Amino acid sequence: MLSVKNIHANIDGREILKGINLDIKPGEVHAIMGPNGSGKSTLASVLAGREEYEVTEGAVSFLGKDLLELSTEDRAREGLFLAFQYPVEIPGVSTTNFIKAAVNEKRKYLGQEPLDAVAFLKMMKEKMALVEIDQRLLSRSINEGFSGGEKKRNEVFQMAMLEPKLAIMDETDSGLDIDALRIVANGINKLRSPDRAILLITHYQRLLDYIQPDYVHVLYNGRIVKSGTKELALELEEKGYDFITDEVDLAANQ
Amino acid sequence: MNNITYFKDQFEQLQEANPKGTIADLRQNGFDAFTKDGVPTYRNEDWKYTNVSSLFDKEYQIAENSAITLTDVNAVRLPGYKQANELVFVNGHFIADLSTIRSSTTDLIVLPLEEAAKGEYKEIVATHLNQSSNYLNDGIHALNTSFINGAVFVHVLKGKEPEHPVYCYHILDARQHPALAQPRSLVLADENSRLQITESYTTLGASDSFNNQVMEVVVKENAYVEYYKIQNDTANASQVSSTHIRQIGRSYVHTVTVTLNGGIVRNNMNLVLDAAGNETHLYGLYLLKGKSHADNHTLIDNLKPNCFSNQLYKGIADDTSTAVFNGRIMVQPDAQKTNAYQSNKNILLSENATINTKPQLEIFADDVKCSHGCTIGQLDEEAMFYLRARGIPKESAEVLLLQAFAADIVDQIKPELLRSYVSKLIYEHLAIQ
Repeated sequence: MLSVKNIHANIDGREILKGINLDIKPGEVHAIMGPNGSGKSTLASVLAGREEYEVTEGAVSFLGKDLLELSTEDRAREGLFLAFQYPVEIPGVSTTNFIKAAVNEKRKYLGQEPLDAVAFLKMMKEKMALVEIDQRLLSRSINEGFSGGEKKRNEVFQMAMLEPKLAIMDETDSGLDIDALRIVANGINKLRSPDRAILLITHYQRLLDYIQPDYVHVLYNGRIVKSGTKELALELEEKGYDFITDEVDLAANQ
Repeated sequence: MNNITYFKDQFEQLQEANPKGTIADLRQNGFDAFTKDGVPTYRNEDWKYTNVSSLFDKEYQIAENSAITLTDVNAVRLPGYKQANELVFVNGHFIADLSTIRSSTTDLIVLPLEEAAKGEYKEIVATHLNQSSNYLNDGIHALNTSFINGAVFVHVLKGKEPEHPVYCYHILDARQHPALAQPRSLVLADENSRLQITESYTTLGASDSFNNQVMEVVVKENAYVEYYKIQNDTANASQVSSTHIRQIGRSYVHTVTVTLNGGIVRNNMNLVLDAAGNETHLYGLYLLKGKSHADNHTLIDNLKPNCFSNQLYKGIADDTSTAVFNGRIMVQPDAQKTNAYQSNKNILLSENATINTKPQLEIFADDVKCSHGCTIGQLDEEAMFYLRARGIPKESAEVLLLQAFAADIVDQIKPELLRSYVSKLIYEHLAIQ
């Protein structure tokens, strides 16, 4: 579904990603872990199409298409979803209208009729129950005055509504207390399906207690330096990132 | 400038054809002032960013008669018209035959100003007409005064709250030649009365039009006035639209000015707070594209103590458009305990657009609270990315964000029908690339 080959990316002339390789198949859950500054969020941004990043080398194919050739909005409409680490507050734009516009843009792109008001409301109700989000939040402006937990729940709700093929969760666990984390993780778990892949980007292992990944990758200094199964995350939790990064640094110095 | 000779000729004909009296004297004073001052240039500080002299290069005709029919009027009617008093102005002249007054004469009086100046309302007209010249003392205002003709007098009687709002439709007929209109109106909201006025402007035809308008509004003790100005005319339509409101009794005034399309548009929104305890809210929105030029000058003159005023003007400038905001607040020595707030927020959408914003506070009292602020920024890139990352195309994302920017001004349009109408106009205006 997603195939990342030797991606290098710069911001302001500084190279952040230095050759990333990653293959994700439908139904799989991958976790990318790594210390601060290793390039985790940059990878998410590059995949979603943030224009500040310049891809200097490599290729990304998504469902058989050249992802890097697609605009941000077309990537979304092809089925790529980015849950933001810091969801943006947009005063004056109602959450419901925004989600309706997003859903119908995607349908239009896929050659489907737009949802009418009744069908849309029905879908909203179902998904609201699924991710445990309050109707009152959705009648407000996008994320305006939402707590950290509410913002993340809203991201998961949007994911539920847009039914992506690949969801990239950028530090969805950051800033959440344990109750909020459980609700958000439950929502994501309910959205797991055999044809949907999920890429979890996280600094901490605790999210993976709730969402069991199939694969864990360690990103360090712009490269994936170690891949394994969920046991790798436990090992990281126990020993810290040093046990891997020291090894990498040592090898680099030899 | 051939126009000056033409104006002189027209002025003399007007004076000869009409009786002497208050209005004729005012016209004479106006024309003397216009002859002396001429059209303001950028050397005049108040006109520094708006060049109106170019509007005088055209061969206008001041045409009283025009082939405007009810069909034309139907095309410019605003939502809710069936419940409104509709005042139709053609080339600046109030046309009673095309107008519909639905309120009873025990609530609302609408008369040609010339008639009002002779009869029962003589004193009122003599006292209040042209008080605006104390503030708007330039050639443009003087020119309007020189041609007071076909003007209208609107009076909400004491204690009356007409259920029908007042809609003023200004139709300029530029189908045959450039049209010059100089509408003039005097509005009085008497004690304990309530009034809602909305003005809109439509130019017919492909020639240029210039609407040089003056509306004077007098607001007495305990009256409540809402005023809406909706400017969405064609790119060949220019105007200087002066609204001069005097709150001479403790009263409440709420105004919203919305400028979408037009050529050169200059709005003077003057509030004279001449009674203790007045409350005033001014809102403005300009969404400029193409070569449009919109200049909003506001003036709040605090003459008496304990007045409150709040101003919020917001706007965007795209393409090669120009926006000007000049907000002047004066606090006179007697106006202690004045609270006056002002804010102007702008979004610059193009490298070739221009925004000039200038707050101007002149405070001569020592116990006052005044604040002002202005910002010029761009669309929030993070918000743009967020919307696009959900599949909303760039153009639609821009429209969503700009609508959101405009929303807190649109929300100030209190009548629901007008509010949704303006909302729709804004959406259409922004969505057309």
